[in-house]
Amino acid sequence: MNASVHWLSAFVDTGLSPRALRELLTARVATVDAVERVRIDLAGIVVARVVEAARHPDSDHLWVTRVDAGGPELLDVVCGAPNVTAGARYPFAPVGTTMPNGLAIERRKIRGRLSNGMLCSARELGLGTDHEGIMPLSVDAPPGTPLLDAMPIGDTRLVVDVLPNRPDLLSHLGLARELAAATGRPLRDPSIPGAPAPSAVVPSVTWAAGSAPAAGVRVTVEDPGDCPAFLGAVVRGVRIGPSPEWLVGRLATVGVRSVNNVVDVTNYMLHGYGQPMHAYDLRRLAGGEVRVRRARAGESIRTLDGSDRRLDPSMIVIADAERAQGIAGVIGGRESEISADTTDLFLEAASFAPGRVRAARRALGISTDASYRFERLVPAVSPAETCQVALRLLVALAGGEVAPPVALVGRRPERPAPITLRSRRVAQVLGVPIPAGESATLLRTIGFEATPAQDTIAVVFPWWRTDARTEIDLVEEVARLRGYDSVPDELRPYRLGTVPDDPLVARSAALRELLVGRGFLEIRPMPFVGPGAGATVRVTNPLADTESYLRPDLLVSLARRAEFNLARLEGNLRLFEIGTAFRAVTGSERPHEETRVAALCMGARRPPHFTEPEPPSWDEWDAKALAHDVAGVARPGVRVELAPDGGNGTLWRVLAGEGEADGAGAREEIGRVVRVSLDAPPWAAPAFGVEITVAATPSAPVAPPGEQAFAAPIAPPARGAGPRYRAQPSQPPVRVDVTLLVPDDVSAGAIERRLRASGDTVLERVELVSEYRGVSIPAGHRSLTWRLTFRHGERSLREKEVEARRDKLLRALESELGVRHRTT
Amino acid sequence: MTDTVNRPSLAELLDRMAGLEREALPAIAAAADPEELERLRIRYLGRTAGLLSGVSGSLGLLPAGDRPAAGAAFARATAAIRARLDERAAAVAATRRAAAPPLDLTMPGRAVWQGGRHPVTVVIDEVAAIFRELGFTIALGPEAESEWYNFTALNFPPDHPALDLHDTLYLESGALLRTHTSPVQVRTLQAYPPPVRVLVPGNAYRRDFFDASHAPMFVQIEGLAIDEGVSFVDLKATLTHFARRFFGAARTRFRPSFFPFTEPSAEMDVECRICGGAGCRTCKLTGWTEILGCGMVHPAVLRSAGVDAERYTGWAFGMGPARVAQQRYDIPDIRELYDSDVRVLAALAR
Repeated sequence: MNASVHWLSAFVDTGLSPRALRELLTARVATVDAVERVRIDLAGIVVARVVEAARHPDSDHLWVTRVDAGGPELLDVVCGAPNVTAGARYPFAPVGTTMPNGLAIERRKIRGRLSNGMLCSARELGLGTDHEGIMPLSVDAPPGTPLLDAMPIGDTRLVVDVLPNRPDLLSHLGLARELAAATGRPLRDPSIPGAPAPSAVVPSVTWAAGSAPAAGVRVTVEDPGDCPAFLGAVVRGVRIGPSPEWLVGRLATVGVRSVNNVVDVTNYMLHGYGQPMHAYDLRRLAGGEVRVRRARAGESIRTLDGSDRRLDPSMIVIADAERAQGIAGVIGGRESEISADTTDLFLEAASFAPGRVRAARRALGISTDASYRFERLVPAVSPAETCQVALRLLVALAGGEVAPPVALVGRRPERPAPITLRSRRVAQVLGVPIPAGESATLLRTIGFEATPAQDTIAVVFPWWRTDARTEIDLVEEVARLRGYDSVPDELRPYRLGTVPDDPLVARSAALRELLVGRGFLEIRPMPFVGPGAGATVRVTNPLADTESYLRPDLLVSLARRAEFNLARLEGNLRLFEIGTAFRAVTGSERPHEETRVAALCMGARRPPHFTEPEPPSWDEWDAKALAHDVAGVARPGVRVELAPDGGNGTLWRVLAGEGEADGAGAREEIGRVVRVSLDAPPWAAPAFGVEITVAATPSAPVAPPGEQAFAAPIAPPARGAGPRYRAQPSQPPVRVDVTLLVPDDVSAGAIERRLRASGDTVLERVELVSEYRGVSIPAGHRSLTWRLTFRHGERSLREKEVEARRDKLLRALESELGVRHRTT
Repeated sequence: MTDTVNRPSLAELLDRMAGLEREALPAIAAAADPEELERLRIRYLGRTAGLLSGVSGSLGLLPAGDRPAAGAAFARATAAIRARLDERAAAVAATRRAAAPPLDLTMPGRAVWQGGRHPVTVVIDEVAAIFRELGFTIALGPEAESEWYNFTALNFPPDHPALDLHDTLYLESGALLRTHTSPVQVRTLQAYPPPVRVLVPGNAYRRDFFDASHAPMFVQIEGLAIDEGVSFVDLKATLTHFARRFFGAARTRFRPSFFPFTEPSAEMDVECRICGGAGCRTCKLTGWTEILGCGMVHPAVLRSAGVDAERYTGWAFGMGPARVAQQRYDIPDIRELYDSDVRVLAALAR
């Protein structure tokens, strides 16, 4: 909502500066987003005093003056105005100023005399039509003062952020009402220069259901649900012409271009009183009829903006006997537009169903100042309440006479029932006791009827307050009118809540700690992807085709972010995300959601150093170990194993739970390790990805609407989960390397499992330390070396003893797996 | 006779040990490199073939009365040799260091890659830490929601202009992407009895074009406190405390606002940190920075969740950590937070 400070002051004389108005409105009413000087084009003009004025020696009409414009020296200025007087003050445009008409002021010679700027006339400044001479200023401001500061010139626009619950603030009257309440100044009706007395203009207006005559025009509303009130008035004998300057100025400040006196009056009513109105040229309304009805299928209209629009029966139109002449609440028709030769007009002021206006506005793709207000509800009482002012203004500016009767079709809204406001409730919600008398007084300042009884107040909402009418709304009004500042901000005791931390919180934090410690950077990309790649959750109204699905996994997002970095020639990447993956569930409204952690690595494992100029790149083995560690944190206390999987870029599937290595048993696949395929330049190193599911988001609503389903009492963390202290032996270990000749069909994993399964309690650790293929190794074989660490808990091991254990293991390997010990 | 040959006397053993020690110490003193020292260690102290170890095997053959004296002498001899070996090893190492070319200590250390949390996560974590001090726990909820949880339960009138501020992305299945984290208010209140004090960080979605200041997905932090006797005073006190702790803001202001799910509703501003309240370009000349929306939870919302709205009251707030991160790190374009340029992320992680 754009508001003119001048216009507001016509309703209430607050005596406040625009800045103070901003503060007050923001604190009590609605936030003022901006305060804009309307005549900012005069910003360069200053007040100057003419110190000397003498005739130009080579001219009969020019003057040569010495001007004090606030600078260190007097300026020579040549001036052609007959009224220049030494000692007087004038507006002055220094060299470098751009005038409102675009003219740039330069230093130049006029008939041989240098002129450093220009003394200005009212017309040159757009402050009037006078161009007989320069504009004398009756101010005491010191020379050099900006003209805008020295004079009440122009207007100031307040850009007010009016939220959907307060449509009554979408007018100057509405804002002024609040300002009057906040400042204690009286709210008044702006005077209309030259307007006839109210009684002389409008005959009494009475409600009539369905249909009523307006001076020979039959006004009919087909469905009162579409249009609760329709006021029609015929004005005859108007003269279309320009509007007076005050009206043009006010409209300009709020951003409305002046059209003619009649149209300007309707716009004045919209911005001044929140009642959109429309004037039709009576000659163009066929059949002496105005009918509020639904558009017919296939009907169309050319609207004021010159477009031809197709209508449908969901839209309300204002029609004459033949065709639609306007789209109700949205925009008028071109055919019946007021033109220069209009003499008789039909003025409409109505209230339309907000939902219908909203739907029509959306379907037609046009938003107007009128539709904005109707969508937020113009009350049914409003047309009758505002038509007086409109008609008086119309007659004052355009002449003519209102032809009786005035039609008002609809049913008079019933006086709303009083709402009880309990002082106890006010204190409960606001935390401070406010006596009923004080609340009542506050509410009355903005037009509520408030009748206090002992500890309650019976409150009747004024007709213009269309927001929800419940007790809590009144509590808000009391708080707002009293000022939020008046509520103390002392910390008071509180009880601890019953809600436990979501387990994902600690889990995510631990994963972040792990990955950040490993040098990974967290990203938070958007979860949108294009179709394909396993995406099953489709967005019906995406902003782009590439964002038409929700991702099925996180690595797809990491891959896109990696490509973004590769395009910026950055190839050493370690990215991770903890985020959501989505999967459609047949028959379910909501998709299945999983919180997952994913990491992508490529490029150098370490930053280069002078001892290692080309550090090795991340490889499969880094990814495997990372996956193991990430899975361990994502699923604490659960056994995790990486099962090889050759398919489709996947290297390993991550399995959790007890069970057999071959996949049998109760094991859950919780993630994977992949070689990530990227749209990558040739210099890029291979990329590896790890993705682990941390937990599923519960997908069922926790309770039916309006009910509670209190969760079972919080279970304490299970004993036995998590690591435990183990005393470490202090006896010396004995390490033995065993090198095996392994046929290619035997996996290292099988050998290692056999070693671990030996049941040798003294074998503490088994580590694979080398793999070799080469000259001395037969084809179809490789040489693998394990380092076996033996340690007895209570005593030193003897060499012979260790050898015996090793040989036993070797025999078992040879007989069971066909693996021979290789001695060098 | 053979017995006497195989059973050395105490005197003999002590003599042998003294002899070995006399022999070993000068050899150790003369050793010039670590390899030589290792050979000497094995020669005298080696577990299987060491000369002193050999002597130790004979200790058990002594008469029981002599064993303590012999054992003590053995311990002393091994300790002396070991001490001399260590001493000499340190000396040899020092000599080597002295002989080696000097290290250029201005050369750089061997770095590892620095990881980091996302700037938005950093803000979430800091906000959460402050609210945890005030007894809040953290609740989470689904990102795909039903119309009921996202709008109806939160007192949004159907087909109302308030919905214009929540341009919504819908899913084929009929669900929608939550336009705020507020549905978790209702889910939490349905699941747990008051008192409830929770903080809800999470992704929210609106159908906004991706530009310098908008993104179709953004993070929101929701707060909710419900109990008997929780009032607007508690709202102001808690959020003012938070602002002081988090922003170091001297002044806050609460101005009227509107959300369908709170009443009274407010916006909290903190004094602009760029200009200290004087008005500058960052704060659009207001002297204030908008931080969060808040209000007393609307009774209709409590009723939606099955909570007795006469008995219980409470407050809620919602803030955008991305906005805070933008201000804190001077990030001009919000898209930087999504692009994931590792150079940007690494610089912010320091």
